[in-house]
Amino acid sequence: MIYLTLFWEFAKVGIFCVGGGYASMPLIQAAVVDTYRWMSLGEFVDIFTISQMTPGPIGINAATFAGMKIAGIPGAVCATVGFCTPSLILGIVLANLFFKYGDIGPIRGILNGLRPAVVALIAAAGISFVVLALWNEETLPEDLTTIDPLGVIILLVALVAVRRKIGVIKLLAATGAAGLVLGIIQQNLLG
Amino acid sequence: MSHEEMKSMASACPNFYWKLFQSTFLISAFTVGGGFVIIPLLRAKYVDEYGWLNDKETLNLVSIAQSMPGVVAVNASIILGYRMAGIRGALTALSATILPPLITLSAISCAYDWFATNPYVRYALKGMQCGATALIVNVAIDLLQKQWKKRLLWPLAIIAGTFVANFFFAVNIMLLVVIDGILGLLFLRSAEYGK
Repeated sequence: MIYLTLFWEFAKVGIFCVGGGYASMPLIQAAVVDTYRWMSLGEFVDIFTISQMTPGPIGINAATFAGMKIAGIPGAVCATVGFCTPSLILGIVLANLFFKYGDIGPIRGILNGLRPAVVALIAAAGISFVVLALWNEETLPEDLTTIDPLGVIILLVALVAVRRKIGVIKLLAATGAAGLVLGIIQQNLLG
Repeated sequence: MSHEEMKSMASACPNFYWKLFQSTFLISAFTVGGGFVIIPLLRAKYVDEYGWLNDKETLNLVSIAQSMPGVVAVNASIILGYRMAGIRGALTALSATILPPLITLSAISCAYDWFATNPYVRYALKGMQCGATALIVNVAIDLLQKQWKKRLLWPLAIIAGTFVANFFFAVNIMLLVVIDGILGLLFLRSAEYGK
């Protein structure tokens, strides 16, 4: 039964996916390409690309899209629900633990240590996002003049707007539209 | 706020489940580029707009979501939903998080070749990427300022150490979270660090 297999395989991905959505990629690949041969490696790379380009959490996008390619929309539902089931169980257990006992010493200590850690991780992610937005590469290139003028303009305007407390949805809709308009202008100027 | 207070606030809020569904749906639909983008979105909705959480609770929530396996956005929505309204809340938030990818990807898989090569799609996504970057930079600045003003040595040292390890040495995030949790357990149990 393909649906049960999908559910179970993606539940395993959910358990072993440690470190966010990107960590799920090799696990999904191992299941759908290597073990079950549901698709070729080339098709899997397409899934990876689409998952990154589409809004939404990357891991969920990948599970949904892989499930869909293998067994249509029911397959997508089974893969995604399977992927989230370990999170659901563990999330409820941990939430109980932390919210019921969060005010006693040891657990408060753990949370007091984790909050600054998350601040640091947000800052690090922020800087790599800036590099990606300005240079379209994941690490800072050696030749800094390859900077993307489109990225510079939109990012600067967006930063000013955000500091003035523009709504999130409005901001993303506006930057999407700005990217489209400036991209078309740039394309026509260059050729 | 205690667990019970959160729950009573949830039951007092008109259309609570609809609000929870709608907000997690939008957050999932607009997460561009990976887990951490969810933080500014959570903050804008639940701290600034609804007043369901404060900054500290948001960071607690993300810490827990980050330290368990799975996708951060999914984990965070499950914990948030559970925190506000028990199992029903968790299921509401979870379904709202997995629906947007299901809808967008159903549409995209019908027109895969067009989507992957279309320059206009790429331009719009590039613009949204810049928007998401501005959001995350803004949150990082706010949170760093807050921590800096407290002038507490330990949290600042954790921030610096974690940043350097993650950004310059690409140390695995899970490992860092475990180390910082242990540091907290050993040295940060006093109430002054909890503010």
